[in-house]
Amino acid sequence: MSEGIGAAVKRKEDKRFITGRGKYTDDIRMENQAYGAFVRSPHAHAEIKGIDTSAAEAMDGVIAVLNGKQLKDDAIGDIITGWAIHSKDGNPMNVGAWNPMATARVRHVGEPVAIVIAESQAQARLAAEAVEVDYEELPAVAAATTALEDGAPLLHDNVPGNLIFDWEIGDEAAADAGLAGASHVTELDIVNNRLAPNAIEPRSAIAVYNDIDDHYTLYTTSQNPHVARLVLSAFYNVAPEHKLRVIAPDVGGGFGSKIYIYPEEITCLWASMKTGRSVKWTSDRSEAFMTDAHARDHVTKARMGFDADGKIVGLKVNTVANIGAYASLFATATPTYLYGTLLSGQYNIANVYCDVKAVHTNTVPVDAYRGAGRPEATYVMERLMETAAREMGMDPAELRRRNFITEFPHQTPVIMTYDAGDFHALLEKGQAAADVAGFAARKSEAASRGKLRGIGYSCYIEACGIAPSKAVGSLGAGVGLWESAEVRVNPVGTIEILTGSHAHGQGHETTFAQVVSDRFGLPMDNITIVHGDTDKVQMGMGTYGSRSGAVGMNAIVKAMDKVEAKVKKIAAHTLEASEDDIVIEDGEVKVAGTDKKMAWHEVGLAAYTAHNLPDGMEPGLKEGAFYDPTNFTFPSGTYICEVEVDPETGVVEIVQFTAADDFGTVINPMIVEGQVHGGVTQGIGQALLENVVYDEDGQLITGSYMDYCMPRADDVPSYVLEHSTTVAPSNPLGVKGCGEAGAIGSPPAVINAITDAIGNNNLTMPATPQKVWAAIQEVGLPQAAE
Amino acid sequence: MDMTGEYQIAAPRADVWQALNDPDVLRACIPGCEELEMTSDTTMTAKVVQKIGPVKAKFAGEVELVNIVVEESYTIQGEGKGGVAGFAKGGADVRLTDGDGHTLLTYEAQATVGGKLARLGSRLINSTAKKLADKFFENFHDHLGGSDKDGEQSASGTPEAKDAQSERA
Repeated sequence: MSEGIGAAVKRKEDKRFITGRGKYTDDIRMENQAYGAFVRSPHAHAEIKGIDTSAAEAMDGVIAVLNGKQLKDDAIGDIITGWAIHSKDGNPMNVGAWNPMATARVRHVGEPVAIVIAESQAQARLAAEAVEVDYEELPAVAAATTALEDGAPLLHDNVPGNLIFDWEIGDEAAADAGLAGASHVTELDIVNNRLAPNAIEPRSAIAVYNDIDDHYTLYTTSQNPHVARLVLSAFYNVAPEHKLRVIAPDVGGGFGSKIYIYPEEITCLWASMKTGRSVKWTSDRSEAFMTDAHARDHVTKARMGFDADGKIVGLKVNTVANIGAYASLFATATPTYLYGTLLSGQYNIANVYCDVKAVHTNTVPVDAYRGAGRPEATYVMERLMETAAREMGMDPAELRRRNFITEFPHQTPVIMTYDAGDFHALLEKGQAAADVAGFAARKSEAASRGKLRGIGYSCYIEACGIAPSKAVGSLGAGVGLWESAEVRVNPVGTIEILTGSHAHGQGHETTFAQVVSDRFGLPMDNITIVHGDTDKVQMGMGTYGSRSGAVGMNAIVKAMDKVEAKVKKIAAHTLEASEDDIVIEDGEVKVAGTDKKMAWHEVGLAAYTAHNLPDGMEPGLKEGAFYDPTNFTFPSGTYICEVEVDPETGVVEIVQFTAADDFGTVINPMIVEGQVHGGVTQGIGQALLENVVYDEDGQLITGSYMDYCMPRADDVPSYVLEHSTTVAPSNPLGVKGCGEAGAIGSPPAVINAITDAIGNNNLTMPATPQKVWAAIQEVGLPQAAE
Repeated sequence: MDMTGEYQIAAPRADVWQALNDPDVLRACIPGCEELEMTSDTTMTAKVVQKIGPVKAKFAGEVELVNIVVEESYTIQGEGKGGVAGFAKGGADVRLTDGDGHTLLTYEAQATVGGKLARLGSRLINSTAKKLADKFFENFHDHLGGSDKDGEQSASGTPEAKDAQSERA
């Protein structure tokens, strides 16, 4: 049917979004609302010698000025990291304590030191400027590799050498032996540039304390309100869960940055209790740059060995990962189990070894951002493959073909069991759609215009739909990563789906409704998706790691299984037929092969009137389910990028970008295309434009859009999209995650294309015109353009 | 940021030196200077209003003169706090030598900025600093009686600043 699985249904939620009637956290106004403004450190590293709040307290409209020591005195807990990693020597990791507001020392520019609560936002901000903090500056370090050097400034007393952990995966001796016996070894130094997340809606919170019931409500920009409630209760001691309601209303983009429970939200809750006022705080863009968790920031040495036939015989990767001043919620998982486990790529490699040193620096905490570890792994793998092909004089597509995994399930040497895929098919589809055969002609035509044209591949695989709880638990996760759903069939037959997934741009109100519509043959208009409120939805783990489809939607399927079973029982009883003969289609519940039937809403009504139910059956038609996946899902794809470089200026134009993806069953192809468009654009942003820069004193010098360059529509081409499908065997719907793939697969395709065009592999992201021009000068113009 | 420059000032070296140590002269010549008080022979407090890119702030700071060689050279160093705008600190080695009918003033300055100034204004620091230095010496030159601003009489500086955007791996 037209609204079911596979239909390109227009997004239900867009009506309110594009007419400006979405309701975001900052749109909410409470009756006794006051405003919070944070006093933030201008120093990267300093002791706090004193805080003088007297001038601020005397200013108009100021209700209170509260500091980190008071917060700690009230037993508000330190901010936690959710994944315990062990070093290769077996020791647990060392992470520095993270006070929600600094008490004695600040460790990055922008760290909150105090909060001013005032009647208006302007008064709060003005008074925050009047708080005098006496700092004694300490030496600071921003680069992770520098922080590991002897004599580097130390951030935390309990973290010797700033080293959080030195983790490994795979067999080092086997990888070394493989490399030693290789007939060719490709070696690369790789920097994965630091990014800022830049959701269009900045973070915001309103904390409402009700002293009569000793109850808190937090409206906030969260991707996972239940997880927020859990940690606010269990670790930050704000309130027990039954006295804390977290509501994440419409949220304008997250990309990972809104997974975490930040100092600001915790402080607003506590400040609301202290002042007896509702406290609202909304980040401005400048605050976002120095408080929202940054991303990537890896420095890697990688070596890949090949035999004479181009088969990979060994891979060894050494990575230094910048964690920032404090370890954020997923910060320790991202450069380990979301990174090292993907270093087999699409390839059959017997010997893989990876070592990761995670390091504290005087920078904003670094955490998961669209792809989280998997873009870094893919960048390592696909730069290596393309470079190796060039070094060995092979077609880069052919080198990949020789190494593709072709049999499933496939156990890699780095934990993952790939369950399905067809990498040859993806490469073929991608090559056909990109007209690779015609590239040589396009290149010489470009040369006639003085342009250098290049082509680059990226064959990615990623593990998403996180995650099997037992598996992640064994790897150190502090929580399970199942999802829950409740299907409420109303007496009139309409349906409410309560889901623990959270939509902040993904279109759940549409796709989730399509799955229900498909199952029961009901119009989508009869189905509503409820999410984002801990008082409404039973429980949930939220949306990140491309898990809403693969985990959240399958929880709905499991709950629908139970609804269907009960509907069939009621119908069989009413229609005097066998349960096994009942079928549900087109909104009707029928006895197969007869004309006996009930309308869907008649079954709903029967369930609630309960006048004629089978003996012993409970009234009502409402079922819930918790779904725990049995495996990750493994989307894969071939991305092919073509660029033209102006050798005079170094300006890169992406003239063609082809994405051939395997996302398993597709619920709504239009929404999936949108996810690919967005992901690829973010990847192109990383490859060409985006870079967070700290100076050597730890000052953030890309603190606005004047210095941090985001991709715009005219930076990207009209994408060519292709699909090749292998159904995911691990879940009932057969879906794989699609939200992150674009950002994971695209950066190496772009860089491989540019390095192909200019004939110099010595190029780092972002490939700005200046860098590309310098790389051209380094080797001279390629022959074809002279 | 590092910056060097030299200026020809049409006045005897002793007069230039005296002016360089005169709080009234300095107050009049420093662009945006609202207050400047000597707190000892070699220390002073100052309030200066500056606009760097999108950031406008009043800096309150302390300035100290060290390495004093009378009529020849000193090092002026200080730190200014601009509230939420951040902070700036730095110093300059200033040297006077006799020229042909003028005094040659050369300086080597270093400055660092932090907070909002660094986040929003780092790209503009070099050009702003150069502009402020030029403005200061233009004022200083005028104050010492120089009137014609053309040719060799005018100030010339050569800032050499590191590219703040250069990549750090």
